[in-house]
Amino acid sequence: MNFKGRDVISIKDFSKDEILHILKVAEKMVPIARSDEKSKMLDGYIMASLFFEPSTRTRLSFEAAMKRLGGNVIGFAQPGTTSIQKGETLADTIRTAESYCDVIVMRHPKEGSARMAAEFAEVPIINGGDGAGHHPTQCLLDLFTIWKEKGKIEGKKVALLGDLKYGRTVHSLAYALALFGVDMVFISPPELQMPKEVVEECKEMGVNIEVKSTLEDIGDIDVLYVTRIQKERFPDPEEYKKVAGSYRIDLHTLKNVKEDMIIMHPLPRVDEISPDVDATKHAAYFRQTFNGVPVRMALLALVLGVVK
Amino acid sequence: MKELKVQPIKDGTVIDHIPPGNALKVLKILGLIDELPESVISIAINVVGKRGKKDIVKIENRELKAEEVDKIALIAPNATINIIRNYEVVEKRRVEVPDEVIGIVKCANPNCITNLKEPIKTRFIVKKKQPLKMVCYYCEREPEDISSHII
Repeated sequence: MNFKGRDVISIKDFSKDEILHILKVAEKMVPIARSDEKSKMLDGYIMASLFFEPSTRTRLSFEAAMKRLGGNVIGFAQPGTTSIQKGETLADTIRTAESYCDVIVMRHPKEGSARMAAEFAEVPIINGGDGAGHHPTQCLLDLFTIWKEKGKIEGKKVALLGDLKYGRTVHSLAYALALFGVDMVFISPPELQMPKEVVEECKEMGVNIEVKSTLEDIGDIDVLYVTRIQKERFPDPEEYKKVAGSYRIDLHTLKNVKEDMIIMHPLPRVDEISPDVDATKHAAYFRQTFNGVPVRMALLALVLGVVK
Repeated sequence: MKELKVQPIKDGTVIDHIPPGNALKVLKILGLIDELPESVISIAINVVGKRGKKDIVKIENRELKAEEVDKIALIAPNATINIIRNYEVVEKRRVEVPDEVIGIVKCANPNCITNLKEPIKTRFIVKKKQPLKMVCYYCEREPEDISSHII
């Protein structure tokens, strides 16, 4: 398996075996990510971190990943301080950045921006989110979390909860879970249901899909993946309150769940998970956040060809 | 005597069975007006044929190749291409939807990178030819009304 020089644009660019390989490399990175071990693996390499849009976790974890492996980071978190302000195209910004670095990590508000950047750059492009498009490293860290917490991904039952209509992060995750033969339950308000194409695609991949609008009967679920229901999706703020309230996870929700059921959330959360859930053994979302570092370390080391 | 609204051509290409009202779009997609400023191109719109109304385009002294003409399959899937030599039809073929559609259709997604001023052409991957289904290579959205997004 050779990852050297490869772009990471969409989870669909990777086979199941390739995904598993990334997860295995990520596991080896955990002690370095925790700073229990030191590494100079990427000494002398430079990562350009081009964030055209705000981000906390993706940007910080990528930068931490590069630095934990002994590499250097250049870049910006606010395009306002760059020539983009003067009207420079993304294509030119990419061509400029690549002449200073070995790998580019980018987040951009336009869909397809990372795919386009990959056409202009010789160095690998890692997509840190392109608008409502893809966010493959989030998908990989979600898979890594399930794999690590549960020992395997295959055969588990996962519920995806919240806004399943907008944002293809959750669509990519559904695809990736289907690739691993995971049965899924899609729970969302009727107006925010998983698009039919995604449901069909998963079914065609041979997994069982259940579509529901209420957060009930989750006793057989292994992983409850919660996403944020955004206020701006609802014209009426009262309607939003009502809907958001009915999908809130609290101690009461957890009464009849499996002992080892885990709750995941890509964060930031607003009201979806009550803070008193944080102290329960079900709460895996902060471990999930940490997992962004070893997964991104693995990707950087793989696309730079330092790890095979 | 039957009145001929459009004269037969000696040499060139006749594109027949274009859906009524689409002849100008066909010419635009083919880009022939810019390419052949000297060539005579005749257009007939809303011609009544055996299967109802249709448009016809006749291009003199230019034989169109399959890969050029297939681009019009997006708006004229049933068009036929007749290659004319010395007033005779020497070749007749149908158009076929290409596997990729480059630089012809604008992506309908306002948030797609191709709608910014970037030095790239739009590119669609054809997923299904009948009925036509294609997705933007960049943002992966499917345009709903292809003919209204012809560049």
